Amino acid sequence: MVGMRGMLLALLVGSAQAAVTDVTLDNGLRVIVQEDHRAPVMVSQVWYRAGSMDEFNGSTGVAHVLEHMMFKGTQTVPPGEFSKRIAAAGGRENAFTSRDHTAYFQQMQKDRLALSMQLEADRMANLVIGDALFAKEIQVVMEERRLRTDDQPQSVVYERLMATAYQAHPYRRPIIGWMDDLSNMTAQDARDWYARWYAPNNATLVVAGDVKADEVIELARRHFGALPARALPPRKPQDEPAQLGEKRIVVKAPAQLPYLLMAWHAPTLKDWEQDTAPYALQILAGVLSGNDSARLQKSLVKTRQIAVNASAGYDAVARGPGMFMIDATPAPGTSAAALEKAIREEVRRIQRDGINEAELARVKAQVIAADVYQRDSLFYQAMQLGEYATAGLPPEALARRVDKLRAVTAREVQAAARQWLQDDRLSVAELDPQPLQAKAQRAAVPGVRHVN
Amino acid sequence: MSIKTMSIQRFFFALLLSLPLSAQATLAIQNWQTPQGARVVFVESRELPMLDISVDFPAGSARDPAGKAGLAHLTHGLLDQGAGGLSDTAIAHRLADVGAVLSGSFDRDRAGVTLRTLSSATEKTAALEMLARVLQRPDFPQAVIRREKQRLIAAIREAEADPGTVAGKAFYRALYGTHPYAHDEAGDPAAIARLTRGDLQAFYRAHYSAPNAVISLVGDISRAEAEAIAARLAAGLSKAAAVPPLPSPAPAASSDVRIAHPSTQSHVLVGAVGMARNDPDFFPLFVGNYVLGGGGFDSRLMREVRDKRGYAYSAYSYFMPMVEAGPFQLGLQTKLEQTDDALKVAQATLRQFIADGPSEAELEQAKSNLTGGFPLRLDSNRKILDYLAAIGFYRLPLDYLDTWVAKVEAVDVAAVKQAFARRIDPDRLVTVVVGAGGAR
Repeated sequence: MVGMRGMLLALLVGSAQAAVTDVTLDNGLRVIVQEDHRAPVMVSQVWYRAGSMDEFNGSTGVAHVLEHMMFKGTQTVPPGEFSKRIAAAGGRENAFTSRDHTAYFQQMQKDRLALSMQLEADRMANLVIGDALFAKEIQVVMEERRLRTDDQPQSVVYERLMATAYQAHPYRRPIIGWMDDLSNMTAQDARDWYARWYAPNNATLVVAGDVKADEVIELARRHFGALPARALPPRKPQDEPAQLGEKRIVVKAPAQLPYLLMAWHAPTLKDWEQDTAPYALQILAGVLSGNDSARLQKSLVKTRQIAVNASAGYDAVARGPGMFMIDATPAPGTSAAALEKAIREEVRRIQRDGINEAELARVKAQVIAADVYQRDSLFYQAMQLGEYATAGLPPEALARRVDKLRAVTAREVQAAARQWLQDDRLSVAELDPQPLQAKAQRAAVPGVRHVN
Repeated sequence: MSIKTMSIQRFFFALLLSLPLSAQATLAIQNWQTPQGARVVFVESRELPMLDISVDFPAGSARDPAGKAGLAHLTHGLLDQGAGGLSDTAIAHRLADVGAVLSGSFDRDRAGVTLRTLSSATEKTAALEMLARVLQRPDFPQAVIRREKQRLIAAIREAEADPGTVAGKAFYRALYGTHPYAHDEAGDPAAIARLTRGDLQAFYRAHYSAPNAVISLVGDISRAEAEAIAARLAAGLSKAAAVPPLPSPAPAASSDVRIAHPSTQSHVLVGAVGMARNDPDFFPLFVGNYVLGGGGFDSRLMREVRDKRGYAYSAYSYFMPMVEAGPFQLGLQTKLEQTDDALKVAQATLRQFIADGPSEAELEQAKSNLTGGFPLRLDSNRKILDYLAAIGFYRLPLDYLDTWVAKVEAVDVAAVKQAFARRIDPDRLVTVVVGAGGAR
């Protein structure tokens, strides 16, 4: 549920970017700078257009494994030294892998950008992937999979539903990778991935904060400019063939409550000026669950009390296709089937009767306000620029996002619901809770309190 | 869900809850009391046309009466579910209509309500009216109580599938015994089922009063306006006297708790009663813990457990400073068959750190990260608000922010060693392992 809320936030938060500088160096490295002088800090992010969607069967998860190996040393920077140097400079750093990209970032005082660029440029070209370090790190990644997927029933439901809803498109594969692929992954798989995708012409450097754009670009030239561009492998579209009827799965996992996840194939933003559906679907998600008494909450949670939680989510920005999703947890005494029926009724109600002007105005007010609020976070501003760039959308698409959302009409929302939320495009997953085990036994009871 | 949009990260930082406070010298914090006794902390910030307010009360789960675990949590959750004659839906819609975001925070010490709104007059006025209404006139409608009890109990039961949650609850129970910090923040399903509307009203009146309130504001308003807002918020609260202090927890005896769970990993927690927010050892413990397990990849636990052995994705330690002594906790998760090996490595790392302390080089590295990263702690209104609320709630001195860097700098190896030795006895720790059959 929290995750769904995350998605909603992503849709409501717009952007009122001040001037964004967007240049491409001779070697193909794209540099995007957002000046923001509120605090004497900056965030620097390097985005590679290589995520789990670029993987092949048999080595799923390699994009993320490589992300881990990027901290394991280069020809001149020993293992662990990257993090140590950034930490010594007062920095915070991390990295993340998604279906579409892999990104690395540092947050530091503004005058320490050169250190961050020096280290990032070095590992863009000079990474060393040793067998011994790989053997340890792949164990870490398998622990990560156990922690974040295998022992989280709702994550398992999501993973299995994606693998069902998509049959051809690579979005069917989990970012973390299947456990069997991780077990059989080799250091050479990681080296091949690095050689294939880590090049300046497959990367975007995003810097936001108390910096001057021309100085950032000059610094980027100095540190990254000498790295040679490389030929990138062709990317095949791998379009998902049209779904030919509703799909359903049941996932059995140890859990206390059932859970329902519904996903309809939907478009994402490709031509930001001409497309209308992605904007209408964002508004639709807001109408369904954009506030504590939006349609799903009001009808299912508050009035009928057949769900303890219900929410909708839709992400318009991606390299690949989209999904409109609704998830819900049935209230005690309600079956997942009954809840699913009620959710379908809510969807049909919008398809039949449309939405009212008050609901539309409410979602738009939230979009406008969120556009101001998001400027409180430097990191989030940089994230958005990086996501748009990776998805092939220009900074103008981000700058005009709020205008486009404000232009959406009630009729367009209804039309989008009719066109995209059709049964033949739908996949449904139901979590069938299995017992957590007989009563938890304790080998030892909590000790007797010691009183001083 | 989160995997889709948030993607997956190389590691996650456990707990920023132990917010160290710091500030630039330029952050001008103002504070005063309203005539009703509410304490106010304010920073004027004009860059963005928005306003953040939080109102906090000592109404966390440590204030649950005996046999009513969950009362504090349920009371807090019901504030905006019907107030001053407006329904939950009317409140949610009026807030959304002006783009305002009302949210809650709740832990063992504190129950808070936070408002974020645009600072333009129409939006701000409407949003503040809703904030005042939910704080001052919650209706606790009977039907809504029934509904929210059911939802709360369902959420608690749903979390029982999560081994990390199970371990966390057992850890506090083992550590705090009969102290009010022992039971889980969310409460106990059986106790929640018995709560009545009268319980909620009485708890609300006794805890959500002006003398108990801390009002924090950051944003696009003047001092005069901040005073007017704070006065209006405080004036409508009850006059109930400030709550009495919580008892001090006794140090926990050693214990070893093993809980069966069908997970593929064991969740391991090791710890002891740590320090209070105003503890004189705060800085030596905070800075020293960076070296032990607070500094991510810069820490010994991460190096020993993850980098060298590949035992876990996350290995960490932290002190959570609370009104009374909060926990020191060390944690990791690992596949079942290597549980004992990973636990041994973590114990040995802790034992050695307590015996020898950090090296000079490690301590320098910690200090340089903390002081060098200091501006990042205050680079947004949201972060500043959190710090103001902590200053107000924990009654920290106003110059606390100005002296923070100097206090970090002043920590030396001897101070860290002594402070850890005073707090953590490696032969007297609470250990919780959740996973497999619970057997050893």
